[in-house]
Amino acid sequence: MKIEKNKKYLLSKENISSLVQILQKQKFKTIAPVVKDETILYDEIQSIDELPIGMTDVHKAGSYSLKKRKDKALFGYNVGPQSCKKFLFPPKLTLLQTKKIDGKVTVIKSSDPVEKLALIGIKPCELSAILVQDKIFIEGDYVDSYYKQQRDNLFIVTTNCTETAYSCFCDSMKTGPEATKGFDLAVTELIDGKNHRFVIKTGSAAGVKVLSNIEGIALAPDDALALEEAKISSAKNKMGRSISTENLKELLLDNLNHPYWAEIQERCVSCGNCTMVCPTCFCSDILDETSLSGEDSKRTRLWDSCFSKDYSYIHGGVVRASIKSRYRQWLTHKFASWVDQFDTFGCVGCGRCIVWCPVGIDVTEEINAIEQDVEKMKPVEVEA
Amino acid sequence: MMLQSNNTAIKTELTNEPFVPVMYEIKRIQRETEDTFTIDLILPDKKKTNFRFKPGQFNSMFVHGCGEVPISISGNPIKNEKIVHTIRVVGTVTRAIRRLKVGEYIGIRGPFGSHWPVEKAVDKNVIIIAGGIGLAPIRPAVYHILEHREKYKDLSILYGARTPDDIIFKKELESIRGRFDIDLHVTVDRADNKWMGNVGVVPTLAKRITSDPSNSIAFVCGPEIMMRYSAVALQQYGMSLQDIYISLERNMKCGIGLCGHCQYTGKFICKDGPVYSYETVKDLLKTREI
Amino acid sequence: MTSLTSYLVEHPFLKGMDKKHIDLVVGCAKNVRYNPGDYLFHEGDEADWFYFIREGQLALEVFRPHKGGIVFQTLGTNDVLGWSWLVAPYMRHFDCRATELTRAIALDGNCLRKKCEEDHELGYAMMNRFVKLTEDELMALRLQLMDIYDAPIK
Repeated sequence: MKIEKNKKYLLSKENISSLVQILQKQKFKTIAPVVKDETILYDEIQSIDELPIGMTDVHKAGSYSLKKRKDKALFGYNVGPQSCKKFLFPPKLTLLQTKKIDGKVTVIKSSDPVEKLALIGIKPCELSAILVQDKIFIEGDYVDSYYKQQRDNLFIVTTNCTETAYSCFCDSMKTGPEATKGFDLAVTELIDGKNHRFVIKTGSAAGVKVLSNIEGIALAPDDALALEEAKISSAKNKMGRSISTENLKELLLDNLNHPYWAEIQERCVSCGNCTMVCPTCFCSDILDETSLSGEDSKRTRLWDSCFSKDYSYIHGGVVRASIKSRYRQWLTHKFASWVDQFDTFGCVGCGRCIVWCPVGIDVTEEINAIEQDVEKMKPVEVEA
Repeated sequence: MMLQSNNTAIKTELTNEPFVPVMYEIKRIQRETEDTFTIDLILPDKKKTNFRFKPGQFNSMFVHGCGEVPISISGNPIKNEKIVHTIRVVGTVTRAIRRLKVGEYIGIRGPFGSHWPVEKAVDKNVIIIAGGIGLAPIRPAVYHILEHREKYKDLSILYGARTPDDIIFKKELESIRGRFDIDLHVTVDRADNKWMGNVGVVPTLAKRITSDPSNSIAFVCGPEIMMRYSAVALQQYGMSLQDIYISLERNMKCGIGLCGHCQYTGKFICKDGPVYSYETVKDLLKTREI
Repeated sequence: MTSLTSYLVEHPFLKGMDKKHIDLVVGCAKNVRYNPGDYLFHEGDEADWFYFIREGQLALEVFRPHKGGIVFQTLGTNDVLGWSWLVAPYMRHFDCRATELTRAIALDGNCLRKKCEEDHELGYAMMNRFVKLTEDELMALRLQLMDIYDAPIK
């Protein structure tokens, strides 16, 4: 049958397996979550057997562990410590090299190769994070050429969430549990007793083309669509966390001097883990390295964190010397100033910063606490 | 709080390769003070540069094997056969630049950032207040106004330095003093009795301005405290905050809003700034560690 | 109106002052002139006078035996110099030297103090203005103390 865009089809587990092979035939390196180092990380897979079949990850504030599922779900995990950020915005990227001979310097542009990458089984929050970073790296006045090239070589198979973890709050950030845009294909895994099916939605011409290579597929029947809707809606209702985003920007920016920031400072150790696991954090620093002779020099871009002191250094001193100012910078950036900068929140509600915080600081709790505190401190008009 | 920006991104080859510097050759190095010097750059092999910038913008200067540093452009925006920077030695890269000799190369990325609103100042009195090295980013605006002198009304320049020895652009200031169409006041914070000029902090010079404050625009550049005190002095003189422009400084690394370091709530100083109307940043200036 | 009165009426320092009070002030005033290098007073002198500078420049300095004078402030056209006449022990704390040809209106502190004593409304009007002058100078002094430009880096 002719595959069309924005239509939903029914796939079997075998079809998912062929999907991976078709992508490989099209020279895509197929990347998917795998169990590794007692976590679920992204790695290259050859077949769907390498997916974390029957495994899931259990989240708490400051804690992460793996657990066997009762079923054999392919995509039954939440989010691991890594995000897809590393594929488009690598933790370490050579920008350029220079050579100095007799005081004259020549620039050798870096040509770190990009690859055709198919990201398979990434969650909607993860996909949303890519769309957030697109705004930074390719939709502004200046384009990050490496990001752009890699982005143009990306194929995305997202998986809608039918379950959620303790740390999830994508519903608050409007980024999940169902992917609405930005994917080539979106899969919803449906396990109903022994009936293991997948509803797949085409989201792009490339997605249509790939799916057209799978033989004998049909439009998803009504019962599958109904089950899909029920499962996604149940996930939506079981969000681990929630925040109110209404007037959130104003709430935070109007309370930059709120005493609560100092309370967070008592717990935050300024380690920067939250920024490293965050799928949207985009700050970077540059490392200059030189050969012993001084002739060759290299500029490497590295991920940076607003939790480091050097981050705000200007000659003679550090602007954000206190931990509270650095925490405030990070949180107000994600939930307030990001909106001014990029017309979207900088948070996709994946909850990684909650899980990987060594002291279990929960960004949703902190926001709710500030909100309640501000509400409490509002002057109340009393009748005379 | 959205910050108003007057940034007009100049599209150059940098738009696509924003991290790759263009190499320039040092043509001339001139000492200004004990720790400050002015450096002229030209394209190697006598190639003509098509470098254009607006007063107040900056470049990222790259030294092979050392790193990059954002430095405002201090040259004449109308004459573009060379790029001029006035640099104070304050760190590793600026120290490395001082060690370079004529004929050696420096990488340039830029120009970046917003500019002094010289267009908005047309038909107005222009008041320039600069402190220390802060005269360097504002000098291109002075050049611009002098090149189009008939378009502007009174031009007052108030300049303050730490001591008489710390005054930059001495010869130019001396030649300006002789002009009838510029009201120049120079002051120092401390001096011995050989100094015949004014002693006192630069905001106190605001009371010397004689032009009509209601039709004036002010460009203020220097240490942040000095800019805040100058804004107070300009208000006492009768100006409103939206007519006062200042140039802010934060850790600018990439120059194009991609590395995140210079964030100032919703804006990137490197991209939307460094020049802002005082009105738009007055609340942030009161907030510590922002 | 004498040139003294017309100058003082227009002066921003006395802005808003009653005409009758200005007349009282003018009664204690005289025109003075200093050549470059002339000292108006020295540290430890009695503070009998204060000045409205009509034009020129005055330097306030403290003398150091081995390094000469250190100038910590200069005053120019339309500035008001001196408040020591208003508070006991009515004594100068530094030297004041003309660095340019300077014309000023000198006001007799003794004379004005007596008038302020007799007319507290005048006293309040003067005190109000001198407190503002003190605040302005204190603000400038604080900024100066901060050494905002930092010492040159060797």
